[in-house]
Amino acid sequence: MTQTLKMTTPLISAKAIQKTYTTGSHHVRVLRGAGITATEGEFISVIGQSGSGKSTMLHVLGLLDAPDVGEVLYEGKRIDNLSESARDQLRNRVFGFIFQFYHLLPELSLLENVMAPLMIRYSLLDYWKQRRAIKQQARDILEEVGLSHRIKHRPSELSGGELQRGAIARALITRPRILLADEPTGNLDAETGQEIMELLKKLNDDSKLTIVMVTHDESVAAQAHRIVRLKEGQIEKAVIANAI
Amino acid sequence: MYKLLLCVRYLRTRYIALASITSVMLGVATMIVVNSVLAGFTNEMRDRIHGFLADVLLESRHTEGIVEGSEETLRRVEAAIGKHVAAMTPTVEIPGMAQITYGSETYPMPISLVGIRPETKAKVGPLRNYLANHQPREVDGQTLPPLKSADAPVDWELTDEALERRRDLKQMQRDLLEQQQMLQPEVRFSDTTGEVGASDISDIPQFDDEQGDVIADAETEADTNSGIQGLLNQPPVFLPDAPEETERDFGAPLDARVYIGEGLVSYMATDPDTGEQHRVMMAEPGDDITITTVRLGKTGKPETVSFNATIVDIFRSGMSEYDGQLVLMNLEELQRKRGMLHFDPEGNIINDSITSVQIKLHDYANAEEVVKALQASFPPSAVHAGTWEDKQNVLLSAVEMETAILNVLLFLIITVAGFGILAIFFMIVVEKTRDIGILKSLGASSKGVMSIFLSYGLALGLVGSIAGVVIGLLFVRYINEIEDGLSWLTGREVFDRDIYYFDTIPTHVSPMMVFWVAVGAMAIAVLASVLPARRASRLHPVRALRFD
Repeated sequence: MTQTLKMTTPLISAKAIQKTYTTGSHHVRVLRGAGITATEGEFISVIGQSGSGKSTMLHVLGLLDAPDVGEVLYEGKRIDNLSESARDQLRNRVFGFIFQFYHLLPELSLLENVMAPLMIRYSLLDYWKQRRAIKQQARDILEEVGLSHRIKHRPSELSGGELQRGAIARALITRPRILLADEPTGNLDAETGQEIMELLKKLNDDSKLTIVMVTHDESVAAQAHRIVRLKEGQIEKAVIANAI
Repeated sequence: MYKLLLCVRYLRTRYIALASITSVMLGVATMIVVNSVLAGFTNEMRDRIHGFLADVLLESRHTEGIVEGSEETLRRVEAAIGKHVAAMTPTVEIPGMAQITYGSETYPMPISLVGIRPETKAKVGPLRNYLANHQPREVDGQTLPPLKSADAPVDWELTDEALERRRDLKQMQRDLLEQQQMLQPEVRFSDTTGEVGASDISDIPQFDDEQGDVIADAETEADTNSGIQGLLNQPPVFLPDAPEETERDFGAPLDARVYIGEGLVSYMATDPDTGEQHRVMMAEPGDDITITTVRLGKTGKPETVSFNATIVDIFRSGMSEYDGQLVLMNLEELQRKRGMLHFDPEGNIINDSITSVQIKLHDYANAEEVVKALQASFPPSAVHAGTWEDKQNVLLSAVEMETAILNVLLFLIITVAGFGILAIFFMIVVEKTRDIGILKSLGASSKGVMSIFLSYGLALGLVGSIAGVVIGLLFVRYINEIEDGLSWLTGREVFDRDIYYFDTIPTHVSPMMVFWVAVGAMAIAVLASVLPARRASRLHPVRALRFD
């Protein structure tokens, strides 16, 4: 697939982000005016050394963290300065997160974990009314990621690859427009990691799911449409990836 | 829904939280048991005092009685508050001394002497329940029916057993007298008009007639004077018994009749072999005692007056203050001895003085109104009207305050449990830091996260409270069995029946009390979870996710 430059409004973009972390008297300037854009259906990987601020950029994009300076825009509108409840809603409806360490809730079964975002979205009464539909939705998604036989298990009983697929299922149940992936293969062996990458690419192809992926692995990064390099808090250059 | 689900899962998986449930549970159970036992004791005490005092009391401020006399007084009471009155009874209450002779010793004791009319007194309070003749008896471990049947009236008649005992004693004394007369014919032994239920003749006081001076037993005189010393310059007066006229009267009881408190005529002895305690009676129905009290003399100055009375029954209320001090006497005789009867020239009684009227109301809720009406009908300088609670105010207030303080202290126990919850929750929040980050990344609000932990606290409080209520109520229900078990375990009696006068530990469970204890415990649990819950809600999602 050749990359064509589309003059379309980016779905999500971050502009001139500065972020400093303070531990005691120690100030660390993690992002120094970095920016990133993604259009709908793009699969971007953000690569850099540890400490380069790539995870922070992802968090800022997904409103998990607020930038000290800069803006985050969704569909052209600013979203980083919205109220807390508005941001919660966006995180629930627009963004989906997956992490290096999966982060499934240990007390819940796989099925319940996948349903969790919807449990959060709806009030108790609304959830109760739709519980069958929601359950079915969860089952469907778990089938899509190939985990139908494990839905009653607890996270402690699942393998790394299964956990990450479960996390993807959880991220997808809300039908997000943007999937933010923080080192999704970081904790997996090469083979399982590749399985995950195949899944991500498939999702991106089939449903035009926009994916912004952070990784430190070049071979993983290369599988995206476009690579963005971060070095010491700043964008190095935009590289147009090879044909995938 | 996620909050509910997580809350339930946390409850089920975190056993350390059981520790905080246990502390809440114990605190609640303790409060329930202690409050129930305290209420039981207090209620028993109140009932007994109340039973003895009736609802409302009209009392004269001085010992010579309400000046209007009993008929006029009762009429006025009826007029003022008649519609509220279920029953009323007149009494004369006066301090005095009683003297019994046991073995070769005489026992003078201070008493509260109350003249009553048993027919009406029994309507105003549970008099029948306190009199030994009307209650079942324990003899050698067996329970026998009462000496007087259930429909026999409460009066001043001796039981057949008492009459027999009296006759036997008199016969013995008569025989002894005859013997001594035979052996020492030159000494004049006068008839025994003042015997006090014993066999030793030398202690019987010798007296002249009514108006004369007293040749009293030195011991008796010193004691009666010492009891009411300082007021009296008059020589004590002894009123001799009516002489026995015919042989038919032999062994007949004296005119003055009394119910005497059990504590005055008995003591507890320990069997040296078995270590068991049993009650030894020093005087019984049929025996005579000497009573000394005060009256206004003919010269207008107070003087002591002594007379003998026959014991008709033993009074046992369960309160040592009463049982150790009370002597109830037939009202008319007491009035007669104290000069409170007024006669017309033919010798008929036209008026009699009383010192108080005890009134039982249909509905105690009207007590305030009744007291006010009574106060309006009698001069406050001479007559005082009040409820039984007014009269016993000091004691009742003290008990109330004790209960309040005890509750505060017990509630502190639950508060301590609350701090335990606080500590454990902080721990759990720290443990769940990453999960909280996950939830926030999924879009959960800070308020939502906070309410997970608040409802967790509430759930713990709820479980702990309910468990505590169940355990507390069970403990109260089986408290006597538990006490038996404890006594067996420790080898000594935990609940000493002789000190406490109860056969079973009295308890009284108030539903309101249980409710408030449970609610209070839950409130503490929720309060304790507020700080940790807030901390959880304020966690920064990214930092939380990176935690560990």
